[in-house]
Amino acid sequence: MSETPIDSGKRTWLIASGCAGAVGGVAAAVPFVSTFQPSEKAKAAGAAVEVDISSLKPGEKITVEWRGKPVWIVKRTPEQLAELPKLDGQLADPASKRNPAELTPEYARNEWRSIKPEVLVAVGICSHLGCSPSDKFVAGPQPSLPDDWKGGFLCPCHGSTFDMAGRVFKNKPAPDNLEVPPHMYLSETKLLIGDDKKA
Amino acid sequence: MKKVLFSLIAALGIATGAHAAGGGMAWDKAPVNTTDKASLQNGAKLFVNYCLSCHSAAFMRYNRLKDIGLTDQEIKDNLLFTTDKIGETMKAAIDPKQASEWFGANPPDLTVIARSRAGHNGTGADYLYTFLRTFYRDETKATGWNNLVFPSVGMPHALWQLQGERRAIFEEVESHGQKEHVFKGWEQLTPGAMTQQQYDQAVGDLVNYLQWMGEPAQDKRKSLGVWVLLYLALFTVIAWRLNAAFWKDVK
Amino acid sequence: MAAYREFKELSPNASAGAKLTNWFENRFPTAFDAYKVHMSEYYAPKNFNFWYIFGSLALLVLVIQIVTGIFLVMHYKPDAAKAFESVEYIMRDVPWGWLIRYMHSTGASAFFVVVYLHMFRGLLYGSYRKPRELVWIFGCAIFLALMAEAFMGYLLPWGQMSYWGAQVIVNLFSAIPFVGPDLALLIRGDYVVGDATLNRFFSFHVIAVPLVLIGLVVAHLLALHDVGSNNPDGIEIKGPGKPVDAKGHPLDGIPFHPYYTVHDIFGVSVFLFIFSAVVFFAPELGGYFLEYNNFIPADPLKTPNHIAPVWYFTPFYSMLRAITSEMMYALIACVVLGAGFGVLKAKLPGFIKGGIVVGAAVVIALMLSIDAKFWGVVVMGGAVIILFFLPWLDQSPARSIRYRPGWHKWLYAVFVVVFVILAYLGVQPPSPVGERVSQVGTLFYFGFFLLMPWWTRLGTPKPVPDRVTFKPH
Repeated sequence: MSETPIDSGKRTWLIASGCAGAVGGVAAAVPFVSTFQPSEKAKAAGAAVEVDISSLKPGEKITVEWRGKPVWIVKRTPEQLAELPKLDGQLADPASKRNPAELTPEYARNEWRSIKPEVLVAVGICSHLGCSPSDKFVAGPQPSLPDDWKGGFLCPCHGSTFDMAGRVFKNKPAPDNLEVPPHMYLSETKLLIGDDKKA
Repeated sequence: MKKVLFSLIAALGIATGAHAAGGGMAWDKAPVNTTDKASLQNGAKLFVNYCLSCHSAAFMRYNRLKDIGLTDQEIKDNLLFTTDKIGETMKAAIDPKQASEWFGANPPDLTVIARSRAGHNGTGADYLYTFLRTFYRDETKATGWNNLVFPSVGMPHALWQLQGERRAIFEEVESHGQKEHVFKGWEQLTPGAMTQQQYDQAVGDLVNYLQWMGEPAQDKRKSLGVWVLLYLALFTVIAWRLNAAFWKDVK
Repeated sequence: MAAYREFKELSPNASAGAKLTNWFENRFPTAFDAYKVHMSEYYAPKNFNFWYIFGSLALLVLVIQIVTGIFLVMHYKPDAAKAFESVEYIMRDVPWGWLIRYMHSTGASAFFVVVYLHMFRGLLYGSYRKPRELVWIFGCAIFLALMAEAFMGYLLPWGQMSYWGAQVIVNLFSAIPFVGPDLALLIRGDYVVGDATLNRFFSFHVIAVPLVLIGLVVAHLLALHDVGSNNPDGIEIKGPGKPVDAKGHPLDGIPFHPYYTVHDIFGVSVFLFIFSAVVFFAPELGGYFLEYNNFIPADPLKTPNHIAPVWYFTPFYSMLRAITSEMMYALIACVVLGAGFGVLKAKLPGFIKGGIVVGAAVVIALMLSIDAKFWGVVVMGGAVIILFFLPWLDQSPARSIRYRPGWHKWLYAVFVVVFVILAYLGVQPPSPVGERVSQVGTLFYFGFFLLMPWWTRLGTPKPVPDRVTFKPH
């Protein structure tokens, strides 16, 4: 460019082209970057799942898949519910104060971590490294569990334990309680997992 | 030289345009207007009620119908028959294997049918509009029906209850030394639930819907295009002046 | 730790920008030299006209195809059972997918519009003449690679046209004597076009041929810059005896940057306007850019009523169809005439003339014994291959059409009209009239090139100026 000095005419139009070009460039980039967003197919596959819990008996658990993850629905017995407050001292986060936005929606910030006291809805993935814990609902001494075990879940990978509200015990590899996913009751016996706003 | 070239090519265009490669019946112009949401919604209802029993629209998701002004609830109440999830695609009610057995071939998927049927006689929508309005009773066919734009079609007249049953009147005419069957007119055998006008309107809505379903993004494409061309026109002017600013130095 | 080469040191007062530039220039002088050699100090003739925009536009379209292609491949599935569906997935379910798809399909046709016009410029101004023969040859290779790329890309949507077009063209290879059927089997990877074919065409279309294209484009540009650009007057602006200014730069030249960079920005803007008009308002372009039959999923059991290749292949397809058994006799007559002229008129040693006679006899024997179908393929291929020889066929004393005898312009006009007619006929279903016209057109096309050594020497060229004709803007 040493042979053509920039005069004011050139400068004006260079600035004009630069600005217009930059605007056009950004506008052109938007559609391309947008193609990275989840497609309608992905959104449809990740849509909320309806579950009928009319046949769920106390002490039973059913598992449904939502967004590729196992979601547990556990009907807890009155005894199991009664034990929950007594365990607070043994738990890492008894009041679910850690990461409430990610792990415990407003309607689950209570003693039972659920909307209805008997029914627990939790994502069955250990907060340590992602294995799925096994059911250990029977109370009493068992391998890998303390003698005063009151019922809950045991993760087979590294031994983390959770109570019947999905709360993690102290001094275990898992740092957090089990995630309570967004959910709502469509009726007394119909749960919608994955959505908690009225359509 | 360029002028000579262009006029030669233009003359050729006129000459070849006049010699149209015809074939078959002429198609009526379909009254397509993909911005008419009421028409599209009516067409969607007709589609789901009359077509989806045998044909799929496997690339069309129910929740896309929001684009033509329907709410999730309206879609769930009126249009969701073959599935209960609004994010799913429009699958046919029929099993494809059974359909092949009954009709001789699997009824084709209709998602992009309006895009695939264009030809010399008009747009794909024109073809479909004419096709759906020119069925006639024909006892020599397995289905009992025939069609003027698609002779010996394997599809029966799905909308016969609306249009009623008609017979096509042919006349034998001598043309170029050969006897030809020329279509002369219609004879209504039994009445349908709709008058001719109402039926044409309904089919117009249905075809409008098929046209929209073939490319749901079409209206957005055109409206965005206006802005893009406006921007590029402006940029071209700027680029022209930029070019002039530099080239004025070149002697 | 001493540098192996003298680093240039700046004064400590120099700006941060200057220091950063200097850091790079010390370690990567090649880049800076390349900028000088190819941009700021590449002196191109100042009299480029409208025809000279198409090279830059071709490069732009290549970039558009690569970028849109990258994004399409994120969602496309190269599986016979899923391909068609995945394209509709892109059109409907992927946010803005429809725009990326239309840009790619329009870009494919735009590529050929631009490349045909770019090649025509070469024809008009003799850009293929010495010393630019290799630039032209690289260009012809790019054209061949582009046709392969487009052909394989067209299979990917797996519509009826995709499938049957591929079936027909691959079957052409089976017309080659002896090796044909095995070759076709090897290309397809199966007995008919199928999933195996789709997957390998996908690999070629997405990575193999694009790499070849990029390599050839680089070679094309480097070879051009080595010998310097031609111009509409067909005269050299550099070299011994050519006027230079005080700094030694050609008087009739201007540095590519900034003059042709800003000029190209204008050209690009106009092109993008037309391109966008098509993308947003007529992406199908009446069935020429996106064919109607291709909205029907491929059905190996049902051939559509009318198969035609995409418009950019149709001139050559016409020539293929023109070679019927009847036409073979016309071609044999041409071989006889050609051999006759060679023997009687050319100044060649006796043994070469003998060779011509023997060669002609062998060729005629082959033409009589092998199917016209095979010769159709030869003619179609030959129509492209003959372009490679243009630098040696053109014997005119004047490079540019501007200084050739006036009637040459008419001949070129007829050539264009014939090419367009052949293209049109290729789209139409075969007909008796169409067949005759394409046969005449094919003969004209080949006559235009093969007889060039003769007709380019006819007539008196106009006096060629020694300075370019340039009107200040």
